[in-house]
Amino acid sequence: MLSLWLNVLASGVLIGLVYGLVALGLTIIFGVMRVVNFAHGEMVVFGVYIGYWTVRIWDIPIIAAAAIAAVIMFLFGYLLEALVVKRFVNRPHHYQFIVFIGLSLLFSGVLLVSFGPDPRPTASQLSFQTVAVGPLTLDWARIQAALTAGVLIAALSAYLKYSAFGRSLRAAADNRLGGLVVGLNIPRVYAVTFGIGSACAGVAGALISPLFDAQPYLAVDFTLLAFVTVIVGGLGSFGGALLGGLTIGVAEAVAALMFTPSMKTALPYALLIIILILRPRGFFGAKEV
Amino acid sequence: MQKKFDQTSDPKRWGAGVLVFAILAMVGSISNAYIISLLTVVLLFTFMGQSWNLMLGIGGQLSIGHALFVGIGAYSVAILNIKYGITPWIGLILGAAIAGLIGAVLAWLSFRFEVRGIYFALLTIAAAEFARIMFGGWDYVGGMQGLFFQAPTGSMDIAMLRGDTRFYYFVALTLAAIGVAGTEMISRSYLGYVWRAMRDDDDAARALGVQTFRHKILVISISAAMAAIGGGVLGLVQGAIFPDSIMGMSISVDVLIGPVVGGLGTAFGPLVGSMAAIPLHHAMGALGDSFGIPGLNSIAYGAVLILVVWFLPDGIWPAVVRLYGAIQLPARVRISKLREVENDRAA
Repeated sequence: MLSLWLNVLASGVLIGLVYGLVALGLTIIFGVMRVVNFAHGEMVVFGVYIGYWTVRIWDIPIIAAAAIAAVIMFLFGYLLEALVVKRFVNRPHHYQFIVFIGLSLLFSGVLLVSFGPDPRPTASQLSFQTVAVGPLTLDWARIQAALTAGVLIAALSAYLKYSAFGRSLRAAADNRLGGLVVGLNIPRVYAVTFGIGSACAGVAGALISPLFDAQPYLAVDFTLLAFVTVIVGGLGSFGGALLGGLTIGVAEAVAALMFTPSMKTALPYALLIIILILRPRGFFGAKEV
Repeated sequence: MQKKFDQTSDPKRWGAGVLVFAILAMVGSISNAYIISLLTVVLLFTFMGQSWNLMLGIGGQLSIGHALFVGIGAYSVAILNIKYGITPWIGLILGAAIAGLIGAVLAWLSFRFEVRGIYFALLTIAAAEFARIMFGGWDYVGGMQGLFFQAPTGSMDIAMLRGDTRFYYFVALTLAAIGVAGTEMISRSYLGYVWRAMRDDDDAARALGVQTFRHKILVISISAAMAAIGGGVLGLVQGAIFPDSIMGMSISVDVLIGPVVGGLGTAFGPLVGSMAAIPLHHAMGALGDSFGIPGLNSIAYGAVLILVVWFLPDGIWPAVVRLYGAIQLPARVRISKLREVENDRAA
C-alpha cells in the first residue's frame, strides 16, 4: 500500500513539473505584458502534435522533438505577437479575452481540419518503458519529461535573472514607461516574451506526447489547467508556477487514486477555491495585479 | 460616442426602445419557425448580455464565467420541473436566488483582500468549469446524459411556462425588454451612480463614503441572478440541458460577445451584438456542416471575432450612431447657422 502511494506521489510530482512548465509560459506572458493567453492550451496541443509527428516520422528521441517544438513554437509566438497580439496589448481585458478566444477557436479549428477529431494514440516504445528506483516503478517517458521540464525552468529563470535580455524583460515587466524612457525596445521584448511563453507550452506538449493521445479537444483542458496552476501559484511568479504545477500534479494523482476518475479533473478547481480562501493571491502572488 | 447617445432626450430614448421592441414583436408574429427560434436565442442572450453589461459596463467587474450562473438557473428549473413537476416560475426564482448567493460568495472570496481585476475574472471561469465538471459527474442531475423536458404539447400554459416556439419568443422578448429597460433604470438610479463611481475609481469612491466592498457583492449578485433567469428560460427553450452545453465556456463567450461586439455600456449594444454574433455562429456551424469539414466553423467564427474587435474597437452600435451622426451633422449645422442669422436679424 505504501509503495502504491509513493508511486502515485512520484508520478504526480513528475507530471507536476511539466504542468509547471506550461504554467510558466502563461505566467511569463502575463507578468511582462499583462495579457492572459487564453489560447495557451492550443499551443500545448501544437506541441503534442509536433512531438507526435517528429517521433513518428524520424524516430528521434523525445528530447530532440522537444527542441524542435521549442524552435517552431518560439517563432510562432513571436510572429503571433508581432502581427496580432501587439495591437491589443493596451486594450481592456475583456477585449483581449475575445481576441484570444477568437485565436483559440481559430487554432483548434486548424487542428481539427488538419488532423481530424479522433484521438491519435501516440504510444511508442517509450510509453511502456519503466524504471525501478527502490520501491518506485516510474515511466521512463515521465522521468524524461520531468527532467527536461525541470532543467528548462531552472535555465530559463537563470537566463532571465543574469542575461542582459533577461534584465530588459524584467524591466519591461516592472515599469513599461520607465523601460521606454531608458531606450528599451519594448515591442521586441514583448514579441520575444510571447515567443518564450509559447515555446514553454510547445515544449511541454512535445514532452507529454508519449503520455497523452494527441487530440484537438485537449486544448481547453490545458488552458484551464494552466489558469488554475498560475492562480494557485500566484500570477506573474516563477516559483509560484513551479509550486502550483507540483501541487496540481500531486493533487490530480491522489484524487485519481482516492476518488473516481471524474474527480481527477474537478479536484484542481476545488483546490483552487480552498487556496483562494486561505491565500487569496496564491502562494507567491504579486502585490498588485 | 457614449456621451452623445446619453444626450438624447429621455422621451426620445424610451420611444426608440419601444419602437425597436414593437418591431421585434411584429417580426415574431409573422416570421417562420426557424427565424423565430433563432431570434428567441438571440433575445435570451441579449438579456444575459445585459446582465453581464451591468456587471462590467456599470459595476466595473469582469466576469468570463457567466455560464456558471446560466447553468445554475437552467438546472434549478429543470430539476424542479422534471423531477418534481413544480412550475418553472418557482425554479426561476430559486435559481436566481442560488445564483445570486453563489455570485456573492465568489465576490466575497475575491474582494475581501482586494483581489480584483483579472484575478477575479479567472476565478469566475475556474468556478464555472468546476461546476460543469461536478454536474457532469453527478448522477442525480443526469450527469453527462443531461436532463430532458417533457415534449411540449403545443398548448400555451403560462402557469407552467409551456407553449410553442412563438410563445417562447414572446417570453424572451419580454425578458429582453425588461433587461434593457431595467439596466437603463438601474444605471440612472442612485445605485447606478454609485457603481459607476466605484468602476471609475475605487479609492475615490471609498473616500466619499461608498462601501465599495458591499456594492461589488451587490452588483455581482444582481447580475448573477439575472443570468440565472435567462439560463432557466434558455433550458426550457432548448428542451434539454447538458453540462457541456449550458455551463460550458462557449456559453460564457456567447454571453459577453453581445455587449462587447455590440457596444459596451450602451443600452442597445447587447441587442445589436447578439443579433450579429449568434446568427453568425449558427451560420458558420451550418457552413462547416455543409462542407463536411469539422473545424471550419470555428476557424471562420474565430477569425470574425478577431476582425470585429480589430476594426470596430467600440463595437457595432457606436459605429452605427457615428454613421447616423455623420449623416445628421450637416443638417444640424445648417439649422444652427440659420438660427444665428435669424437671431441677428431680430436683434
